[in-house]
Amino acid sequence: MSDRLLVCTRKGLFDIRPSAGGAWGPHRTHFLGSPCNMAMQDPRDGTLYACLDLGHFGVKLHRSEDDGETWTEIATPSYAGVGGEDPPSLKLIWSLETGGLDQPGVLWAGTIPGGLFRSDDRGSSWSLVQSLWDDPSREHWFGGGYDKPGIHSICVDPRDSNRVAIAISCAGVWETTDGGGTWRLGGEGLWAAYMPPEQKHMLVAQDPHRMVRCPAAPDHLWIQHHNGAFRAAAGISSWAEVTPQPTTFGFGVAVHPERPGTAWFAPAVKDEYRYPKDGEMVVARTTDGGESFEMLRQGLPQAHAYDLIYRHGLEVDDTGERLAMGSTTGGLWTSDDAGDHWTAAEARLPPIYAVRFV
Amino acid sequence: MLTPVSKPDVVLAVIAFTAHLQRVAPSAPTVCDAATVGEALEAVCADYPLLKSYVLDDQGALRKHVAVFLDGRMQPRETALSSPVVETTEIYVFQALSGG
Repeated sequence: MSDRLLVCTRKGLFDIRPSAGGAWGPHRTHFLGSPCNMAMQDPRDGTLYACLDLGHFGVKLHRSEDDGETWTEIATPSYAGVGGEDPPSLKLIWSLETGGLDQPGVLWAGTIPGGLFRSDDRGSSWSLVQSLWDDPSREHWFGGGYDKPGIHSICVDPRDSNRVAIAISCAGVWETTDGGGTWRLGGEGLWAAYMPPEQKHMLVAQDPHRMVRCPAAPDHLWIQHHNGAFRAAAGISSWAEVTPQPTTFGFGVAVHPERPGTAWFAPAVKDEYRYPKDGEMVVARTTDGGESFEMLRQGLPQAHAYDLIYRHGLEVDDTGERLAMGSTTGGLWTSDDAGDHWTAAEARLPPIYAVRFV
Repeated sequence: MLTPVSKPDVVLAVIAFTAHLQRVAPSAPTVCDAATVGEALEAVCADYPLLKSYVLDDQGALRKHVAVFLDGRMQPRETALSSPVVETTEIYVFQALSGG
């Protein structure tokens, strides 16, 4: 199981590890005081990356080649030279993923205001994926939570690095099979209560809050959507609705690395409120492809808990047994038994944007 | 007021940055040969290349929550970069209190 967790917070990046007693706690901190919304370790070469959102001074990207001893500020995706009525500007690197194992140095970055960027040199330079940006449907894209649309989920197919699925709030789910040269819009079966009834199935109007792909069965994907939870068993084209308990609203979803029918959700009261139902924190787990869900609550706060789990705040490690979950009020919990039991980290953390196992 | 600096005859404006930018900007007021605020920034960024992206966005506009003062007067964000500077102008680049 993974013994290291990168926790991205309003006040910096925390490297969190288990103590001898079992509870997890801060081992090191990076960029303390600066908002860090995303981080990752590239499994191909061990490089660490951290995305900072400095607010007044913009979005920054840092790289460490010595496991966090030192960091170097590198290039960010840029909209320089991209025109239009309202010329775009980078607001957030919302998602950051590595290319395939056969693509050393390739990184993908999903941004607000909606551009997907690719780097072929470990983030030293970035190129806007022009084909997606130029898609005529983009005039129908709109912001979900933020003023502008954004790409928060990037799922590279481990069988074929040129096949990449992405999810956009709000512009639905997309896939390229040629490394980003061309794109097609999927999402049949998703629906949107925030659209006029006759447009609720409009593919480009969908708000998938988070999409994940099962590494061992890449045609199987899960979505936590603004209006419910969905599963696909044959790629992004077609989705079936499932019903996590106690609610179907939320942001985070994680899928087992080997068992495509096993997934976890972090439910909350629906969109206008966004807190755990009755103040009781619950993780919803299915092991049968969404036919049924268990509510897992052992070790989680069961009274007056108002923690919301953001879309990158629920993760499973490579074994499928260890989970981590971080909340908007700085709660952090881990589980070593696929969610049956949870343990709170020994720390009062800042609001958590993302957790990622290393 | 800025810390007094001795200005060579050919030098025009003096530009100073908030301490929030000390990691990427000159720590002391800097004299520069420039006709506008934008040119002054460019001149400083030649020596401090990371600074540019902290003050300007990727479209080259002054960031929304960065404030520029010329001789004590805050400049409208839209025109701040093109504001002319003369020999005695003191340029301050601050973090605005707007934006959290």
